[in-house]
Amino acid sequence: MDLFLNIVLGGLLIGGIYSLVAMGLSLQYGVARVLNIAHGEFLMFGAFITFWLQQNNVDPLLTIVIVGPFMFVVGFVLYRTIFTTIRLKSPNPGVFESNGLLAAFGIYLIVQNIARLVPDWGSTPHSYQYLASAVIIGGAPFQENRLVAAAFAVAVGIIFYIYIGRSRTGKAIRAAAQDASTAALMGVNISNTLALCFGFGAAMAGVAGSLISICYPINTVMGLQYTVIAIVVVTLGGLGSIPGSFIGGFILGVVGTAVSYTKWLGTDLAVPSYYLIFILLLLLRPKGLFGK
Amino acid sequence: MDFNRINWKKTFITAGIPLIILVVLAFFPLYGWQYGVTLFNHFLLFVILSVAWTIFSGTTGYISLATAAFFGIGIYAAALLYPSVGDRYPLYVVVLIGAGVSFVLAFIVGAITLRLRGIYFAMFTFGLVLFFREIIYWYEITVKGIRGRFVYQDPANVNNNVYYYLLVIMALTMLVAYLIKRSKYGLALQGIGENEEAAAHMGVNITMVKVLTYAVSASFMGAVGAVMATKWVYVDPGVAFNPMMSFSPVLMAIFGGFGSIYGPVIGAVIFSYIEEVLTTANWFGIDWTQFYKVIFGAILVATILFLPSGLVSLIQNVWRRVMGRRRASA
Repeated sequence: MDLFLNIVLGGLLIGGIYSLVAMGLSLQYGVARVLNIAHGEFLMFGAFITFWLQQNNVDPLLTIVIVGPFMFVVGFVLYRTIFTTIRLKSPNPGVFESNGLLAAFGIYLIVQNIARLVPDWGSTPHSYQYLASAVIIGGAPFQENRLVAAAFAVAVGIIFYIYIGRSRTGKAIRAAAQDASTAALMGVNISNTLALCFGFGAAMAGVAGSLISICYPINTVMGLQYTVIAIVVVTLGGLGSIPGSFIGGFILGVVGTAVSYTKWLGTDLAVPSYYLIFILLLLLRPKGLFGK
Repeated sequence: MDFNRINWKKTFITAGIPLIILVVLAFFPLYGWQYGVTLFNHFLLFVILSVAWTIFSGTTGYISLATAAFFGIGIYAAALLYPSVGDRYPLYVVVLIGAGVSFVLAFIVGAITLRLRGIYFAMFTFGLVLFFREIIYWYEITVKGIRGRFVYQDPANVNNNVYYYLLVIMALTMLVAYLIKRSKYGLALQGIGENEEAAAHMGVNITMVKVLTYAVSASFMGAVGAVMATKWVYVDPGVAFNPMMSFSPVLMAIFGGFGSIYGPVIGAVIFSYIEEVLTTANWFGIDWTQFYKVIFGAILVATILFLPSGLVSLIQNVWRRVMGRRRASA
């Protein structure tokens, strides 16, 4: 029973962070049409900014206020400069998708290797202590920092979902997601809206990175793994569906934790188990759980 | 056969020049310049990978990011069947097995993803390297209790052995790429790249063509992996399934331009030379390996932005303009 609770609750806690990462990718792919392979690198960069600020005695949770907007600006500028140029030059959406993917891939290389060049970051893992005391829930101990991180991740996700549903910009984003060119004809500033989406996606990755750094050790090569997780979650939930990504994140979190806790399997098989889900999904229901 | 109707000039360009280059390359190691052979091994490796990548992804526009996965499969074929201690098969059998296993795997991957939209294929292949790496790490550590394996290395002149194997594989890759391009198949692939729906309506069995071509291109990656393992001797999943091996061929092919077969070759030679220089350079006491990757990424973005059809098409355009002007003035 303890083990079961451990798996489910532990899975939901890490799943909250996966949800946030995947929501970011869902925005970038679902609306801005860029399959951002560098997504995990934004996450890694966010984690390291938090780490660096924490070393300079800033409260890690406060750093979200810095990391989020910073990553937003980075994402926004990247989209306005690189991806908008590619979009305008591409003869059709298919060409834009593949060229955008490749450009994202270049950004992946640049960001990751710049991070490795920073003297103190290197390729060794880093960690710090924050809210490390345990809380007992139903007999199973959980670290306080994981609870806080999951709560923040879910809160950011929900706030953003409400923002998309209620605000004028959110309406523009939803319109652009359905049909970018028609939205442009209706007076939506399409380049800006798409760039906003890309920026929001990058900000979510950055915030998720900050939250991850609170509970787990971080290193400069951790991004790739989270990109793969985000890709699987986004497919699981349905390409472009934000609630789908949200729920998919929790599902993947529980599955990964279950595999990690099972005797003989262990943490190494977490990524392969996500892949098994991916394969089954593509065979049985490629449009995802919530796809249209 | 009517010999009078053969266009000798054209035949010479398409068949003669590659043959001459091949013969020159075949005699190259006899010259005895060992560093040169090492360097050329490096070139050949990337030429094979990027031409093999272009066979499928260049024409159809489906971006495969799984080169490293098939390459790693080949490496592990050698690690299992050509170990430093114990029984081993002859190397050419191991290379063929590496190619065969990669073929089958690519066939499965293609069958799962290639009937769907292109983006699923890119997404799926992107994580494949990580999938194999983790699963093999798990197997080696949990079941076998080891981390890496040692591959047998023939003590007599490794460098040249590897070189000849790579040379043969390269010649085959180029030949297959050329034949596919010329055949009915090539036309079908090009049709898929330009308008998949139209190709399907013309009676092309698009899924079959895509899956088969993908498997063929992957088999070359597997073969080259098995050869390179004998050069590296020690392999572990981290070495074998290195994501950079997926990314490099893509950049090389795009930079060179994958409209022609020569594009990826030129791109591969340029970039592997830059890599070789920068990874061994020790200018100003700085390790340039990381800088190489940053530069690599920057060039990739710049190429996509300013040179989307590659270096070869740029040269062709300039050439056409120069020639055109001369003809106009004459």
